[in-house]
Amino acid sequence: MPAIEVSGLRKAYGNLEAVRGVDFSIEEGEVFGLLGPNGAGKTTTVEILEGYRQRDAGEVRVLGSDPERPEPDFRERIGVVLQQSQMWANLTVRETHAIFAGYYHAPREVDEVITVVGLQEKADARVKTLSGGQKRRLDLGIALVGDPDLVFLDEPTTGFDPQARRAAWEMIRSLRSLGKTVLLTTHYLDEAEQLADRVAVLREGRIVRVGTPTELTSADLQTEIRYRQNGEEVLVQTDEPTRVLAELTSAAVARGEELEGLQVRRPSLEEVYLALTAEEAEEAEVET
Amino acid sequence: MSADAIRVSGRRAPRALFVHQLRSEQLVFWRSREAAFFIFAFPLLLYVLLSSVYTGRIYGVPAPEALLAGLIGYGCANTAFAGLAIQLVLRRENGILKRLRSTPLPSATYVGALLVSTLVVFALQTIALFLLGSVFYGTPFPSDLASLVAAIVIGAAVFAALGTATASVIRSAEGSSAVVNFILLPMAFLSGSFGSTRHLPAFLRAIADVLPLKYFIDLVNAVYLRGHGIWTRPEDLAVLGAWGVAGLVFTIFKFRWEPRER
Repeated sequence: MPAIEVSGLRKAYGNLEAVRGVDFSIEEGEVFGLLGPNGAGKTTTVEILEGYRQRDAGEVRVLGSDPERPEPDFRERIGVVLQQSQMWANLTVRETHAIFAGYYHAPREVDEVITVVGLQEKADARVKTLSGGQKRRLDLGIALVGDPDLVFLDEPTTGFDPQARRAAWEMIRSLRSLGKTVLLTTHYLDEAEQLADRVAVLREGRIVRVGTPTELTSADLQTEIRYRQNGEEVLVQTDEPTRVLAELTSAAVARGEELEGLQVRRPSLEEVYLALTAEEAEEAEVET
Repeated sequence: MSADAIRVSGRRAPRALFVHQLRSEQLVFWRSREAAFFIFAFPLLLYVLLSSVYTGRIYGVPAPEALLAGLIGYGCANTAFAGLAIQLVLRRENGILKRLRSTPLPSATYVGALLVSTLVVFALQTIALFLLGSVFYGTPFPSDLASLVAAIVIGAAVFAALGTATASVIRSAEGSSAVVNFILLPMAFLSGSFGSTRHLPAFLRAIADVLPLKYFIDLVNAVYLRGHGIWTRPEDLAVLGAWGVAGLVFTIFKFRWEPRER
């Protein structure tokens, strides 16, 4: 049974259609990334799944529940990291974890969770003394303390410096090894590439592509071959890089020339993403 | 599927959740030095200062006794109205309220524990006021304890309802303290928290006549200073009840759990 199933999901705020017919499903134990620019509908989608918002249309199943009418133990089984939240400034890290642990029927050991999120040296520090990255780890800790099956992470590393992001990625990877299902939203492409088993690219309330990061990079864009000839840059885009390259190089060898600055490269996920969102923008213009 | 079957499902008992949340609320309250000072200690300090300034009689009783009733009124509005409103706005805007809604803690348990926690603070404050009055100024303890306890619970409930209603209209955490004190301090002054209002111009007394605090102080006066039972004051109870219901209805329709969109 999938942990999350969504079909035909729609949500509007007044005239603004934030989500316009989204379908996806997430298997148990999978790390699934929702990737898209700001305003693409990521947070709206996640908050519908968490039970914060009511959908206008579509079917939603989260751990077998409709989040609008959840089973009694639904909230025992989910852990939520909101995009923005600040806990009680004057409590310590340990006290904050203990408060959240007290809400659950079978919580994890508080100190163990604090160690998992790497705050053991800050366990007795007041929350207001933590750095931004440490506060985010606290958010993750209190989301894990109830020992959830499913964890929602809404932009878990926004505003982090590179080092803090790497540390957060390690923690999110450790969730997979604990067997948790994770739904992650991000507008960082490398984050989705690094963490997610599968990625859905969201643009203006629609999913424009779903697949593994590798599928996304290999399926869409042609391989680029660049070189200079007579001082001018030449760019060849092709679906058959092996054949084209062989032709180019053998022709050059036959002429006794060097292909100056020869480069063969596959597009990065970032370029796929930019191409997808650009396509979508053009389609949107045609539609209107 | 198999993981679901093995998993022991269940929830914590409602009473255990309530006790846990009440303890958590007490920890959060006393840990914040600003809250503990401005909400709990400040009315005590004002009582001692004012009782040292006024030496004569107010409303025919020694000033420290009349001020005791006035400061219980101020303490009630300060704790249940101002303190609760500021705390709720802060928690809402910080996303704590939103975050708690995704936990198994039921909203009713959360609100109940918060209100009881507020009542605990106000009750401790009232006890401290009586002790200070007795030790420094020889004021008597209340004769009809049951009526006084009832008055305090009613007052706390009414001002808590007004506090949650006010939290519903305040938009930002930064301005909440200013807005709340802009309401609280004039109301306390006009309602006689800090001394007699007989010398006030008629229009200011007319304003006080529609505000709830005057009626709460009158109720405490009747119970504490004159030893009347609480049911001898139906008018005070009716006005307080009307304000309480108005605050509750407003809260039910307007209160939001989520921060303003940024």
